[in-house]
Amino acid sequence: MTASEPLAMGELALPHYHSAAGVHPPLDTPAYGSSRLRAPHQQLVPLPQRLTEITGPLLGPERVSASDADLTIGHAGEPLGERIVVSGRVLDSDGRPVPDSLIEIWQANASGRYAHAVDDHPAPLDPNFTGAGRCVTDSLGRYRFVTIKPGAYPWRNHHNAWRPAHIHFSLFGRAFTQRLVTQMYFPSDPLFPLDPIFNSIPDAAARQRLISAFDIDLTEPDWALGYRWDIVLRGRTATVFEEGM
Amino acid sequence: MSNGITPSQTVGPFLAIGLPWPDGPNVVPLGTPEAIVIEGCVYDGAGQPVPDALVETWQADPASRFDHPDDPRGQAVAPAGFRGFGRSATDPAGNYRIVTLRPGPLPCPDGGTEAPHLDVSVFARGLLDRVVTRIYFSDETQANTADPVLASIADAERRATLIAAAVPGLNGAGRHFRFDVRLQGEGETVFFDV
Repeated sequence: MTASEPLAMGELALPHYHSAAGVHPPLDTPAYGSSRLRAPHQQLVPLPQRLTEITGPLLGPERVSASDADLTIGHAGEPLGERIVVSGRVLDSDGRPVPDSLIEIWQANASGRYAHAVDDHPAPLDPNFTGAGRCVTDSLGRYRFVTIKPGAYPWRNHHNAWRPAHIHFSLFGRAFTQRLVTQMYFPSDPLFPLDPIFNSIPDAAARQRLISAFDIDLTEPDWALGYRWDIVLRGRTATVFEEGM
Repeated sequence: MSNGITPSQTVGPFLAIGLPWPDGPNVVPLGTPEAIVIEGCVYDGAGQPVPDALVETWQADPASRFDHPDDPRGQAVAPAGFRGFGRSATDPAGNYRIVTLRPGPLPCPDGGTEAPHLDVSVFARGLLDRVVTRIYFSDETQANTADPVLASIADAERRATLIAAAVPGLNGAGRHFRFDVRLQGEGETVFFDV
């Protein structure tokens, strides 16, 4: 590993998080229409990682109740659509699990409609589906949601624009530097080549990391199909304190 | 080392389904005696308010400490009810609002001192990755002058985009601040690569 050494000045030895250069989409992506008036034009200014950046909110069980990981319950009836299990691990780029960390998700219903006043797609709302979920990773970084496979939906970005089916994911990791909001996609979606948001990620291999895999071992007989998706946050140079983890 | 890192995608227009918390804006419980308010508007490149953004803040406590195991000075015991983290969705007029405590100054590994600040993430439809900025305080003139991050921004007008302005007459002196975020164009806020 060639990452820079931790800052060891006096008693302030700080971990250092690896760069994610080249991984995330450029903010200025004109093919994504909404970016045109919102993406900054000025160069980003380098921010050294000091105390505020290498710490972060450690949000866990106090934000979550046990039923929050099942998006199919909590209403009068069962939602329509294909019931699925979405599960995987949250790791950092050095392979360390990210334990006890809050994950939040939100998504459209099986018809491709969000339970949100701004969504005017003429597909039915489902009174039994809100589309928000939360859970906390376990000691090995594992998470598991039960939900409904979201539908694809049209948007007005360009003529005949449709978003591939996706679930929005929000993760905190253990430091401000690791914060990530992203989207999980489903295998073999024919809309991938046409979607400017998916294709905003410059590296084709990095793009593939947003696509979940069907997994028969996660699939529950007579009940739900399983999709596996691992999430990788920025790793860090270990401080002396952590060697041998 | 960027091997295998999961790429970012936009929060999209419907983040309100999943991300806002009823107590998100309250870094400390309402009614906390020393609480301050930081509020402002998020604007786009046409000067229009952004009604579908999310502003998140992270900061030290008033004693300059973090309730976090990676703080090499030792993990602090947070002041009662202090979460360090704030989260406010913007309203239809583009406004956000955070109720918190003033953070203390922070020692730097190289011996300098960072002025009191909050780290900020802004998420919105149209942003394929979060944008990161910092909130400093207008009544910390001396500390701001010595701050290494502010000093790294040569242009005074750009530097000024990071300073929250004290709002007089509300809550008493030093208790209420305004910090607008301009995503693009004239007066564009300084955003960081962290």
